Amino acid sequence: MSKSSNNEKVLEIKDVHAKIGNKEILKGLNLDLEPGKVHAIMGPNGAGKSTLSKTIVGHYDIEMTGGDILYKGKSIKDWEPEERALEGIFLSFQHPVEIPGVNNAYFLRTALNAKRKHEGKEELNAAEFLRTMKQHLEELGMKSDMISRSLNEGFSGGEKKRNEILQMLILEPDVIILDEIDSGLDIDALRAVSEGINRMKDGKRAFLVITHYSRILDYIKPDYIHVLKEGRVIKTAGPELVARLEETGYDSIEEVQ
Amino acid sequence: MAQEEIDKAVSGEYNLGFEIDIETETVPPGLSEDIIRFISKKKDEPEWMTELRLKAYSKWLDMKEPHWGKLEYEPIDYQSISYYAAPKTGGPESLDEVDPKILAAYEKLGIPLEEQKQLAGVKVAVDAVVDSVSVKTTYTEELNKHGIIFCSISEAIRDYPELVKKYMFSVVPMNDNYFAALNSAVFTDGTFVYIPKGVRCPMELSTYFRINALNTGQFERTLIVADEGSYVSYNEGCSAPTRDEHQLHAAVVELVTMKDAEIKYSTIQNWYPGDENGKGGIYNFVTKRGLCKGDNSKISWTQVETGSAITWKYPSCILKGDNTVGEFYSVAVTTLAQQADTGTKMIHLGKNTSSTIISKGISAMKGQNTYRGLVKVGTHADGARNYSECDSLLIGDRCGAHTFPYLESKDTQSQIEHEATTSKISDEQLFYLRQRGINEEDAVSMIVHGFCKEVFSQLPMEYAVEAKALLELTLEGSVG
Repeated sequence: MSKSSNNEKVLEIKDVHAKIGNKEILKGLNLDLEPGKVHAIMGPNGAGKSTLSKTIVGHYDIEMTGGDILYKGKSIKDWEPEERALEGIFLSFQHPVEIPGVNNAYFLRTALNAKRKHEGKEELNAAEFLRTMKQHLEELGMKSDMISRSLNEGFSGGEKKRNEILQMLILEPDVIILDEIDSGLDIDALRAVSEGINRMKDGKRAFLVITHYSRILDYIKPDYIHVLKEGRVIKTAGPELVARLEETGYDSIEEVQ
Repeated sequence: MAQEEIDKAVSGEYNLGFEIDIETETVPPGLSEDIIRFISKKKDEPEWMTELRLKAYSKWLDMKEPHWGKLEYEPIDYQSISYYAAPKTGGPESLDEVDPKILAAYEKLGIPLEEQKQLAGVKVAVDAVVDSVSVKTTYTEELNKHGIIFCSISEAIRDYPELVKKYMFSVVPMNDNYFAALNSAVFTDGTFVYIPKGVRCPMELSTYFRINALNTGQFERTLIVADEGSYVSYNEGCSAPTRDEHQLHAAVVELVTMKDAEIKYSTIQNWYPGDENGKGGIYNFVTKRGLCKGDNSKISWTQVETGSAITWKYPSCILKGDNTVGEFYSVAVTTLAQQADTGTKMIHLGKNTSSTIISKGISAMKGQNTYRGLVKVGTHADGARNYSECDSLLIGDRCGAHTFPYLESKDTQSQIEHEATTSKISDEQLFYLRQRGINEEDAVSMIVHGFCKEVFSQLPMEYAVEAKALLELTLEGSVG
């Protein structure tokens, strides 16, 4: 990967229009992600925050009706979801789905080896993989039975979110979208999850943190705050905007054309 | 996800549909006393066996084909079926006498008939049956050293008449049901196993059934007796050529365990399933039942059913001895236009008997999958326990899953638990895996394997590998 500078953009969302069913949710959304930066997306309910994350990763529910998404300069709007993932785009799901009978470690190793294969690297054997996984589990304060349990099955809300972060740490993506990673987490879990995210900051990876609350932003320091309203980014500012939003709410923000 | 993508992913090619190019001796179609006498004579059977066959035939004539299953199929014309077909060359005595084409065919099926060529490095004794005859049984001598009898049922009738007389029809009476009666009259070949007292069978035993001839029925009969304190693991597999006509397969399997004995019976059923319009395919009407006769004995059925156009099959356990254990683990896949009505019966008669039923039905395309099970607890079965779990997985929206659990308890102390779920491979599950870089086929395969895990873990290792491969092939594309 090339060195980052302020002019570089790892992800460019250009005038994107997107529908779910017959309802247009994104209405000409523009957003650029810079390498090494943490971008926070804030906005009221129904603004299109989750739709934005689903659009970036190519979810089936989304029909993109206009605009383009460039990742490292290439249009990805026609790419399959797995191609986007293999190229380095990761979504931490708001509600991770349960998949009974699929061993968590087996799933993760399959995902990692799919990525390594895609990158022309050797696949990791089971022993090498388990060593890596165990180390991450410890760092995230997760129990070692996470290796043998079925993927997300019967996990508590906190365990599911930690498991998302575990996957992120192992897959080492370049663009990381965190869709309400903070929802349903107690303070210990929030701290563990945030530490995991902060460890991934390497000056090159870009983060898109979608959140309702400013609480997580005390732990993951954002470089930019983007306010999303009615399917568009209506304001982009520095972290100081958080305090103002806390005080006066989203209604006080006017779109600057 | 688009329907055609799903269909593409689950309409696996049947790759065992080749025909073995050998000369076959086939009797003309039709069923009569003469045909039964002909079969009996071909098998060089003693008179008592011929008489039993004729008795079964007369009972069958008075019976009616059952239609309580949730199955729709064209009427079976029993007079249009040929009841005996045998490869012209090859005798069961030595490998040298087996037609090389049959050896090659079994090689192609992945079943080595040469003792030095072992399945996945593990010794597995094989009884190879083509149409109506056993063409080869391996490791017979080595097993004999342990006192184990492993031979074709035709040989057993000739060589071990006392054992056969004692146990055949003792678990599945000849008039048990229409198809069992038909089998009792016309059965051709199958396997006989006897494990003597205290012997743990040193290798896996197996039978591989191959339908090859045109317009013939396959009516095999298997009898396994495990004497006191013995153990055996037995596996059966099967396949048939791709043909436009339906072919009837009506088998009977009887298992008997004496005190402290255990039989583990695994099936990988892969008869030709027909096409997606329901053209061709095997009609599979099978009666399988085990009798836990002695105290503390155990019978475990594991089945992976991927083939056949129609499956009607309920491997069951009669828990007669005290503290006996019955188990049924099943994965049934219906895709294309396949229909399966399958399940089990657990009949608790002895004290402190326990049974476990784990049934996993997978339906795709136009497949219809029915679980039908009975748990019956008799008056004296104090302390009986049953746990049943029936899960259905639907892939796409043109298939169906149905569950009919029946419970009959005459003992108020018994403990019966039943759980049932129906789930769809959800777009959310598929998307989750794809977002982690796993392609769609692998993602479907991973979800399906996860669903079947509890059953596959019951199969002997080398067969678990085969079952997984078969599942992937059946739900084609989804190769992991």
